[in-house]
Order: sequence, then structure tokens, then C-alpha cells
Amino acid sequence: MIEIDVSLARNTGFCLEAHFAAPDMGITALFGRSGSGKTTIIQAVAGSVRPDRGRIVVGDEVFFDSDKGIDLPMERRGAGYVFQDARLFPHMTVDNNLRYGERRARRERTIGFDAVVEMLGVRHLLKRRPHTLSGGEKQRVAIGRALLSQPRLLLMDEPLASLDEMRKGEILPYLERLRDELRLPILYVSHSVEEVLRLSDAVAAVADGKVIACGPLADVLSQPELLPVLGRFDLGTIFDCTITAHNEEFGLSTVSFPDGELRVPLVGRPVGAPARARVRSRDVSLSLSRPIDVSVTNRLSGTIARITRAEGPFSDVEVALAHGKLHSLVTQESVQRLALEPGMTVWAMIKAVTVESRPAGFNSPGAEIRSPSPVSPPRQPSAAPPALRVIAGGTPPKAPS
Amino acid sequence: MLTPEEWTAVRLSLQVAFWATIWSLPPAILIGWVLARFNFPGKGIFDGIVHLPLVLPKVVVGYLLLITLGNRGYIGQYLHEWFGISLIFSTAGATVAAAVVSFPLTVNAIRLAIGGIDQGIETAARTLGATKMDAFFTVTLPLMMPGVLSGCLISLASALGEFGATITFVSNVEGQTRTIPLAIYSATHMPDGDAMALRLTVVSVILALGALILAEMADRRIKIALGQI
Repeated sequence: MIEIDVSLARNTGFCLEAHFAAPDMGITALFGRSGSGKTTIIQAVAGSVRPDRGRIVVGDEVFFDSDKGIDLPMERRGAGYVFQDARLFPHMTVDNNLRYGERRARRERTIGFDAVVEMLGVRHLLKRRPHTLSGGEKQRVAIGRALLSQPRLLLMDEPLASLDEMRKGEILPYLERLRDELRLPILYVSHSVEEVLRLSDAVAAVADGKVIACGPLADVLSQPELLPVLGRFDLGTIFDCTITAHNEEFGLSTVSFPDGELRVPLVGRPVGAPARARVRSRDVSLSLSRPIDVSVTNRLSGTIARITRAEGPFSDVEVALAHGKLHSLVTQESVQRLALEPGMTVWAMIKAVTVESRPAGFNSPGAEIRSPSPVSPPRQPSAAPPALRVIAGGTPPKAPS
Repeated sequence: MLTPEEWTAVRLSLQVAFWATIWSLPPAILIGWVLARFNFPGKGIFDGIVHLPLVLPKVVVGYLLLITLGNRGYIGQYLHEWFGISLIFSTAGATVAAAVVSFPLTVNAIRLAIGGIDQGIETAARTLGATKMDAFFTVTLPLMMPGVLSGCLISLASALGEFGATITFVSNVEGQTRTIPLAIYSATHMPDGDAMALRLTVVSVILALGALILAEMADRRIKIALGQI
């Protein structure tokens, strides 16, 4: 586990009170708007910012403990840091940039130079200088440099934020490989829902210097408490599914999960592959009777678990399904008109589903990077779009009714 | 072309300027770094003392050197007694005078160069396992080389032109302390010294231009090496 419990007051009035735990593997996203304190949290983990008090423990290593007077110097923490702006050493070649951390590694070498160079596809850049690289290439080198310092954990501060859409598409597959092939916990700072959905397994949502929710992705992203962070357009439910059928004639795929199945536009992955479906709360409308003559094909029935007032005219309705749950954002007026109450059986009509491609082997025990396990080449951004925004049933997205 | 006496003055000038620059460089880098990167109580006073030789009349600097480092000075008497070192009337003394006078200019050039280096890049080095000292020598120092170079140039130029502190501290001794400016000064006091003064003036101009061109070339090379061009 990575346990973080720190507080810090800046003389600008900014106050950080972060208390959360992250799993010791996979990607944990620190998610929130800019200025919320996400970066300060990972800076405290790296040691470049010193909290006023608290404790930071990674596995069995204490990085910081104000009560015991422990403050491990930055260079001994083994926290590989990938900065938003790459921060390569301009006076060194790519090769020497990569080797800088490797030469100073204090831990046993498990991440080999050649493996990293191959994984990130930077072999042809080794002799070049950073100022001759594109933004995406710089960021790949920066990731490699951090990995080769044999880190205990990886901290990534919006590594894609300074890149345009093309370059993001270029880096994302590498980040996915990193997650799937290394036994390395990653704290990933981001304000992009798309990135978080595509990459992370767990989420800590940060707002105004506080971690307001923390846990597995599917649990956190549906919590109505997250409205101020996500905005009402992105609040939603995540289903981890399996692709069960393709229908080429209609251009549709079927993805299944314990509570049923969803029809989505054709997903470019084989039957049996895992997929992550995301249903935004505002794309879910509720009906008291089984809807028959409607165009929406994706329907699930369940019981209302709770109704929470959300911002503006909206209420968040949590519908308990047989196994999971589903959130719907409806107006308070509708809640009153239909007399919705916890315990009632309702039909949820899902107007749109977003399917995030999840590489096979997600959550499988990560292979050591230097082991000669066959590694598929990263997908090209053009070959498979990172996320398929799908409108099921042909209904255009509308404001919740 | 030049008389042996003039050659001596030119050689002495170059020697004094060169060694003054070399000796003042390490402390200038240290103090420039401290001033650029750290805040501490009394920083203003410290900064003031470092810059004092720049604002004081050079004669005053020379006199202060005389009463501290002269053979009967507060420090000089012990140097003389214990180590047999005597700075007055010597080339070493002229070098000390030139170094002291040019020191604040060197410090300023280096301080500006360090201020221009993104501290984030040092943080990056630290997260990669470098200690503070390691990061300074492998990242900060190479990146401030353009500033160090311009600091050296300013130091050389100001040492070549040093007059007031030198003549007050170590006097005007031919072959020991008579650098080009002092030689020109002496020449203007001689009835037939005009030609000598003029020749040394031409040498001064050539030296200054040469130094500027060399510095420009070196600066370009360093910037290419640093990936700034």
C-alpha cells in the first residue's frame, strides 16, 4: 500500500489536507481540476515539497514522518518522476539522459536499458539532443529516464497535458504497456476523464486540497460527491465487460457484464476481450414500467437505492442492479412527478455508452520488463481510436429529462 | 614594433589578468550560486560587501588592500612573518588587486546565469538519485557555462584595465607591477612618451577586440554543446 496522510499550508492561503491510500500496483489516478493540489501531493511523495506534518509510507518504506522526524532525501526515495514538461537535460544526448538515473540507481536493477529503449521505441533517438526531439519523443525519453533509475514507484504529473491530441495518442499505448508489463505502482496526476478511464485502476479525486473520494475507478466515478470535480456531464457508471458478440451487418458489438449486456457500435477487438463501458449519468433516463415502443435498446431494470440532490435542478438516482449499480441524473421535477423513492423498481434506459479499449492482460500480474515475454507492438493511434463514443439506439445525446 | 619595456608591460598585463580571473572564478561561482539560490538573514549586507569594490573609488580599494595585506597590514604582517610572503611591489599583489576589483562583475554575470536555469531540472536530477552536490556538478554547472564564460570575459577586461587599486596597493614597478595602464600613465609623464603611449593604446584595443571575438566564438560553441542553438 501507498499511504499518504499529509497537511501543508502555503502562505498564499492554499491548504492541503490529503489523506488516502493507494494500491501498491497499477495506476492510481489523482484526479481533479487544476489548482486542486494534485501535483503538490506527488511532490510531497517525491520529496520536493515538504509537508508541515504527516506521514508518507510506500510499502514498508517510510518516506516522511513528522512525528518521528523522518524526511528521506529526494535522491533516496526511489520515486521516479515524469514531469509535465519532460525536463530532459539539454546538455546531454538522449542516451546520457536515459543513463543518468541508471548510473545512480540504489536498488537492484530489474529494469534493463535495452528493454526500456525497445518498449518506448526510442532506439533511433539515442544519439540525438533533447532540443531536436518532438514533444511526444521528449516525454517518452523522460519516462524511460525515470524507469531506468529503478524506481520504487512512478509519479507522473500530467505527462500528456503539454501534448496535442496526435501526440497523446502516440504516448497512451506506451503508458498502457508500462502499466501492464511492470510491477510498479504509478501515481498519475490528471484532469482528463478520458485519460483516467483509459489508464487507471484506482482513483483519488482531489478538490480544494482535499482527497474527497478514493477507491476503485468504478466506485469513485459514480459518486455524486464528485459532481464538483467532474461536472455533471462526466459523472457516470463504469462497467468492466467482456465482448461477447459482433454483428457486422448492423455494425454493433455486444458487451456483457454480470447485470446484463449492452449493445454498442462495433468495437475493434476480438470476442472475449475485456472492455470498459462507461455510462454517463445524464445519458440514463428512468421509466416506471417496462419500456416497449422506444428506440433505446439498452435497458436494465433495478431498484432505486438512494436519491441524492445534485447541483442545479438535478438529482442523482442510484439504481441497484442484481450485482452492480447504475446512476441516473434526472431533474428534481421528474423525481416528484414520478414519485420516485428508494425501493421502487425502475427501468433504466441508456442512451449512450462509451467503450474504452482495455488491453488484454489488464490486471494480470505484470511481467518483469526484462523477462523475454513476447510483447505486442504498441497500437498505432490511427489503427484503433482510443475511445469509441457510441450512441446506442440512434438517439442523440440530450440533457437529462 | 614594441620596445622590450613595452613587451614586458604587455606580458605582465596578460599574466595578471589571466591569473586574477582563474583565482577569482571558483569563489565567484560559489558566491554567485549562493546569491542566486538562497535566502538567509543578512543576505543584503553580504551582497553589499561583495559589491563594495565595484562602487568604492579604486584608490580606496587599493588603500584598503594596503592596510590589510601590506607588509604591516592586519593580515599581511603575518603572511610576511610566517610564510615570507610579501605582496607589495610584486606581480602577485597586482594580481590580487585586479582580482578584487573584477570580482563583483564576475559574481554578477554568474549569478544571472544561475538565475536563468530552471530549478526544476535540478529537481529532476534529484529524483533520479543525484545528491545536491552531484546535481550541481552534473547539471547546474554545465548549464551555467555561458554565464561563467561571460563572467571570465568581464573579469579579464576589467583586470586588464585595472589602474587605481594596483598603483595604490603595489605601486608602479617596472617588470613587477607596471601593467599596460600603468605603463601608459608613466609614458604620459615622460617628455618623449607619446609614441609609447600610443603604441600601448593600440595594443590595448587589439587585446580587447581579440578577447571579445574569442568569447563570442566560445559562447557559440558552448551553446551548441548545451543544445541552446
